[in-house]
Amino acid sequence: MSVAFQNSPHVALQALDELWFQVSGTLCNLECTHCFISCSPNNDSFGFLSLETVCRSLEESVRLGVKEYYFTGGEPFLNKEMVPILEETLQYGPATVLTNGTVLKDEWLKRLRDAEDRSGYTLEFRVSIDGPTPEINDPIRGERTFERAMIGVEKLVKAGFLPIITMTRTWSDEEDQRVLSEFQRVLAKHGNDRPRLKILPRLKIGAEAERSEGYNQTERVTKEMMVDYDESQLVCSHSRIVSDRGVHVCPILLEAPDSLLGDSLAESLLPFSLNHGACFTCYLYGSICTNPSSSKKE
Amino acid sequence: MKFAFFGGIYNNYLALESAIKDSQKRGVEQLYCLGDIGAFGPHPDRVFPLLNQHQVQVVQGNYDNSIGNDLNDCQCGYTDPKDNHFAQISYEYTYEKTSSQNRAWLKELPTEIRFELMGKRFLLCHGSPRKTNEFLWESTTSTHFLKKQADDFGADIILGTHTGLHWKRNLSEGQQYINVGVLGRPENDGTKNVWYTLVTIEQDRVDVEFIPLEYDHQRLAKEMQSEKLPEEFVETILTGWWTTCLEVLPGRERRVGKF
Repeated sequence: MSVAFQNSPHVALQALDELWFQVSGTLCNLECTHCFISCSPNNDSFGFLSLETVCRSLEESVRLGVKEYYFTGGEPFLNKEMVPILEETLQYGPATVLTNGTVLKDEWLKRLRDAEDRSGYTLEFRVSIDGPTPEINDPIRGERTFERAMIGVEKLVKAGFLPIITMTRTWSDEEDQRVLSEFQRVLAKHGNDRPRLKILPRLKIGAEAERSEGYNQTERVTKEMMVDYDESQLVCSHSRIVSDRGVHVCPILLEAPDSLLGDSLAESLLPFSLNHGACFTCYLYGSICTNPSSSKKE
Repeated sequence: MKFAFFGGIYNNYLALESAIKDSQKRGVEQLYCLGDIGAFGPHPDRVFPLLNQHQVQVVQGNYDNSIGNDLNDCQCGYTDPKDNHFAQISYEYTYEKTSSQNRAWLKELPTEIRFELMGKRFLLCHGSPRKTNEFLWESTTSTHFLKKQADDFGADIILGTHTGLHWKRNLSEGQQYINVGVLGRPENDGTKNVWYTLVTIEQDRVDVEFIPLEYDHQRLAKEMQSEKLPEEFVETILTGWWTTCLEVLPGRERRVGKF
């Protein structure tokens, strides 16, 4: 056992504010080179969640006071029950779905907009596009994916949603402002004149570990690093995720065996040991998985 | 019994004057402010004498905590660089123009006020009972989350502000959450008025009324201009549309605005 591992701090769940669903398992129509859980059209190591499974967790979440619900994959809209799942969720609380934007259909969006109007809660779409041009995006996400995702953005805007565009940083931090400005101009040309943009750090696990160098042993969170640190910045202090195998600590560590905490939400409320390289990224950047409207920074 | 609750004042002493007069006409017995005295508007020190003269009971907001403790920023938690740019202009202006005596007063404010009336337990906070700078937007806050907060913190009626938009939700067992709105700036709906909240308690009933409030917004805008505060802020006062710090709005609240 490495020194870093022995010195891993434990983080308690302060409150289950965000409940995530790995709703399409590891199945995705794309195969991005930086995907942190190696999703692809053929990776069925995690399967789809049924409406029934989601409903069971929604019902359990009431007692725990969950504030918001998030849906991810893979590509959530490959799940044939995705629209009914979101319709049901919006009766419980706000919902956010992380999509690559390439498979959206107008009739689904119309139904979802009606469901949002009925519920009073917000339905957020976070569309992953990894830069303001095909030249930056397509080598990572696949040929013509920029063009296809922008069509998805246009559909969302037409249906009355204001999507949040998330991009994984493959440039230096200093270039953020330039990339954001360029993306704003491009989105305006596609009818989205109120762009909402979020830059995410790269997580060097899954496919990204093979593409780049992965984490080295010094990139770990230690007990000393937790002194005077605001634990609420860590996803595991306020979230859990349901997959077809059970309930895991966070959406990022899904494939790590120790991330599986139990079969039900009640069984998943244990503290978690921050012994993964990805925990180091979460520590450095903070709140990487939640929407800006849910920011609770100190 | 009637009480008036004011949200963020954001240096808007003109709206505070109007709110005090309006609520007194309605026969309120006590005035409360739920924090964020400073930000955005001109002449921070003009707010404090009004609070003192009318014995307004004040909860500490994140802005008050920052100014009172000489911190470098307002703890609003923005991540967008443009939002942070405007937030910083407003923060530095307010800090410089708040007297050391008033800063010391802000530092000592309580983070919550509690009282019990007619068997109802009231909890007054700034953001949420658990965190001063937590945004509780109507569209991103589930009812069972609010219910758990009420139970965990032993409250029947929770009152907060921080988002700048008023709303309320009835919970089970007669409990309620009320966001009282803010006096500091209009609500991003194209009208120039601001909002405060009137609460009437009769036997076991708690009635909540949101009051739209007119004030001399033209004068406020002129004073903001003479203080060289950003034109973007002045535009909000004159048009009723928010122009900055929009990143934290959920989609549903954002799309009803202009920007």
